Amino acid sequence: MQLRLMNRTIEDIRSDFPILSEHVYGKPLVYLDNGATTQKPEQVISRVAEVYRTANANVHRGVHRLSDIVSEQYEAARETVRLFINANTREEIIFTAGTTASINAVAFSFGEQFVSQGDEILISAMEHHANIVPWQMMCERKKAVLKIIPFSDEGILDMYEFRRLLSPRTKIVAVTHASNVLGTINPVKEIVAEAHKHDIPVLIDGAQSVQHGIVDVKDMDCDFFVFSGHKIYGPTGIGILYGKEKWLEAMPPYQGGGDMVGTVTFEKTTYNVLPFKFEAGTPNYAGAIGLACALDYVTKLGRHDIAAREMYLLELATKELSSINGVRIYGTAPEKVSVLSFLPGEVHQYDAGMILDKMGIAVRTGTHCAQPIMDRYGISGTVRASIAFYNTEEEMRILAKGVRQVMEMFA
Amino acid sequence: MTINELQDQVIEEFALFDDWIDKYNYLIDLGKSLPPIDVKHKTNDYLIEGCQSKVWLHPAYENGIITFTADSDAIITRGIVALLVRILSGRTPEEIMNSDLYFIDRIGLKQNLSPTRSNGLLSMVKQIKLYAIAFSTKSKQ
Repeated sequence: MQLRLMNRTIEDIRSDFPILSEHVYGKPLVYLDNGATTQKPEQVISRVAEVYRTANANVHRGVHRLSDIVSEQYEAARETVRLFINANTREEIIFTAGTTASINAVAFSFGEQFVSQGDEILISAMEHHANIVPWQMMCERKKAVLKIIPFSDEGILDMYEFRRLLSPRTKIVAVTHASNVLGTINPVKEIVAEAHKHDIPVLIDGAQSVQHGIVDVKDMDCDFFVFSGHKIYGPTGIGILYGKEKWLEAMPPYQGGGDMVGTVTFEKTTYNVLPFKFEAGTPNYAGAIGLACALDYVTKLGRHDIAAREMYLLELATKELSSINGVRIYGTAPEKVSVLSFLPGEVHQYDAGMILDKMGIAVRTGTHCAQPIMDRYGISGTVRASIAFYNTEEEMRILAKGVRQVMEMFA
Repeated sequence: MTINELQDQVIEEFALFDDWIDKYNYLIDLGKSLPPIDVKHKTNDYLIEGCQSKVWLHPAYENGIITFTADSDAIITRGIVALLVRILSGRTPEEIMNSDLYFIDRIGLKQNLSPTRSNGLLSMVKQIKLYAIAFSTKSKQ
């Protein structure tokens, strides 16, 4: 089932990703840390190299031909991103360094303009640190209060509490689309609709969702949507901040420098128009062009097919691991992305990760930059296998076999 | 035995195993056999925060000698701690301060025990040396 994408076999698709044929400790690499970062297809690697080989110049600056070419490609990349998430205009697409940078930008700029003492910011208990700490810093600066939406043992957001926590003082809601630890896909449309009833804007953290299926910001109606390039088969150091124009227009820039200005005198500087107002300094144009190439790659494979294949692999891995006596799975919501957090009996996640690594299996262990989730379950961490479309059925079995071996070793 | 003689002994023990899995099994055994730390010392005061596993390390200073007891919530880490305790416990502060711990590189686990693996090994060694410096300064006062 779902062995083919775009009429290509998985073996053929895997051959697009040079790293997947690597060996570690003499064993074939089983890469199950896609939630941390995804591998890059040759198409993206070549595209980035091509920028430096044939079109490298600073964007929006030179009158010369090279600057023209690369500026065009950079703006074409913005258009690709706009289409990919179905934003209204290119002005709504800001290139940043990644999810963390995007959230920090909103927390700062939005906070400066709209938040004052005693106001409330609402986030959930299943956020990763990138969607906690920037808000905490803003709350500290503005003497605002951070409120937290709890979740159930299965990893489902408590929507009753969410509604209860929305108050006349709530200034913004920031919630993850999909949990990086539990895999839960949150009912973001419902969250946005509810918040909008009270005229409260919503930021959706798409770091763990955009690579697993269709994201449509118009359909979600969210006010901000953020994601990272490197988690969707693109280069590192590039990410996206989508914001509705009305908010971006109203927010002050968070960084000053070249390209974000209109006129500069020592008395007064005027700011450039969107999206450049939020892109101070030389942007990561090679990264942006590489990201567009990655989005094209994903589109070509078929986003529905990718989602279906990943669900199939997730179900297989869940079944395999559940059949092992003593394995506990964290995150059992009905709607999940292909993220599987577990603990192998009483074995410490770090011990398990060390041994799995020696078997060539790359998983993440620890708190996954989401300590509050661990506190919620009273554990010190989990092992996390995060699956991408290029993983195989065989790899799911290798993982289960590895976990069995680990449990025997520490028994 | 001197610190270096003990290090050489550990290196010889690990040389007996060809397979990585046997080396880890040995570390696991060492971890299991580490004498327990007094519960009253298993507190945040004695916690060394590695990124991934917790390590508690308690120094007792008596008659010019430091005795370490330790524990960890991960067994492989407890095995590493057991090796450190075996080599560095029962020494004078000066011996510890002047020690060069070369055994880590030579027991064939360097890839897994390198500082970048955030297993806290570096923090453990640093903490042990800091205790040695503190007791040495104190005894000179």
